[in-house]
Amino acid sequence: MSLEHFIDEAISPWMRDDGPESDIVLSSRIRLARNVADVSFPLIASEEKLEAIHDFFQEKYEHQSFRNHEDFEFISIRDLTAVEKHVLVEKHLISPHLVKYSDESAALISQNEQISVMINEEDHIRIQLYYPGLQLERALEDAFAFDDWLEERVDYAFDETRGYLTCCPTNVGTGLRASVMMHLPALTITKQINRIIPAINQLGFVVRGIYGEGSEAVGNIFQVSNQITLGKSEEDIVSDLGSIVNQLIGHERNARSILMKQSELTLEDRIYRSYGVLEYSRIINATEASRCISNVRLGIDLGIIKHTSRNILNELMVLIQPGFLQHFAKKNLTANERDVLRASLIRERLELEK
Amino acid sequence: MECQECHERPATLHFTQVINGEKKENHVCEVCAKEKGYLSYPDEAYSFHHLLTDLINFNASKLDSVENKTLKQQSQELTCTHCGMTFSQFKQIGKFGCASCYETFSSRLDPIFRRAHAGNTKHNGKVPKRTGIDLQTRKQIESYKKELQHLIETEAFEDAAIIRDKIKELESNPRKSEAGDKS
Repeated sequence: MSLEHFIDEAISPWMRDDGPESDIVLSSRIRLARNVADVSFPLIASEEKLEAIHDFFQEKYEHQSFRNHEDFEFISIRDLTAVEKHVLVEKHLISPHLVKYSDESAALISQNEQISVMINEEDHIRIQLYYPGLQLERALEDAFAFDDWLEERVDYAFDETRGYLTCCPTNVGTGLRASVMMHLPALTITKQINRIIPAINQLGFVVRGIYGEGSEAVGNIFQVSNQITLGKSEEDIVSDLGSIVNQLIGHERNARSILMKQSELTLEDRIYRSYGVLEYSRIINATEASRCISNVRLGIDLGIIKHTSRNILNELMVLIQPGFLQHFAKKNLTANERDVLRASLIRERLELEK
Repeated sequence: MECQECHERPATLHFTQVINGEKKENHVCEVCAKEKGYLSYPDEAYSFHHLLTDLINFNASKLDSVENKTLKQQSQELTCTHCGMTFSQFKQIGKFGCASCYETFSSRLDPIFRRAHAGNTKHNGKVPKRTGIDLQTRKQIESYKKELQHLIETEAFEDAAIIRDKIKELESNPRKSEAGDKS
């Protein structure tokens, strides 16, 4: 196996499994930021030093396995085409930052795509670990063990008082960013989300769109994550995040049942119209597609639309992205060409479900 | 009312700041407000990065206003010996150059961390498993010593002897410490 299957498949193997609360929580992610002791951060380190770290990881970890995360693929970002980079970002396997500063950057990705280690991102090492549904504790345990496994061969920059030292002061201490991806259509329809987000911010947690900082909540998908990394233990951060997420789940379920009770026909109409658009449109842009996919997924969750799998949201959300479409077409496409191809891919995908 | 910063121009901006529960009234002119980073420029795109650098600048200026001139002078010369980053560069970009920067700028970091991490300045989480063993052992010994002191004061000599032996064992063979399993 090689790079191809990371690129060819729209959804990662681990996404095919349903996790707890997976009608609302798409995935849980643990990110740990680490740096190599005695080497300046990638921001100002010399090319030679960064190249040495790049080579070290290739030499020591390429094709290694950890637990069920087998056969790590080592990918130098500079060797990728523009479209390949795009696809890996759309699948959340690497960050836009890693692509932007790609001279010595690399990624180490397990075959199940659950672990992705970014090398020479803002920090030397960024461990990312995904689990389907709401499984923060399990993900943290796995990430800790993986962190220890890496540390057997790497001396980390660590300070007794400040903890793990990172390039940005907002990551220092635990270096942990725990985040949960949630589909919250009912809270969005009822506009309750606008009241909830500021309340969550006050607790030291952030709500963002699907592609991280500054991005819009495409397809009613929100990312909730911790902001504070210093002074709280990882376990506390994760359990606080977990309880916020559980409350959000409660609010979303509540909003869904109220919508069903008070305006079932309107809701049904909205869902079937969206289904109709996806099934019959010949030209569709990403924004409209995301909105319709979100409605259809809500319809599946509420039992209004049957015989269509839930996974469709995760898969179509990546499938409709510009990078993936161009990879599929094997050429660069104009925005109009993308809208046409997007519509036909969605139609095909829905046909498969029947 | 004159500006509290320059004492030349009239104060046109009046606001109250609450920092860690302490109220502070501010009366400044527009020029000083811009300099101190109290005013945001409407054409600048709002981003988390700006917020962060503003916050770092803000704290530094607060330190300055304490009129601790020696500290101020030191800060202008604070340069990391490992990577060459100066404190003013750090303030500007909001990122550290290397791990040693933390040491170099140590005296000025607490207010910055407090703002970014809800009042926290000390790590309270995972410790590296391999390289952290020594550290954990040292911490364990420290806490045993405190306990020992307490036991001696309360004349619980039998218990004290047990703790003393534990300390001895840890000091002679740190790798075997039970604290090593933690994390």
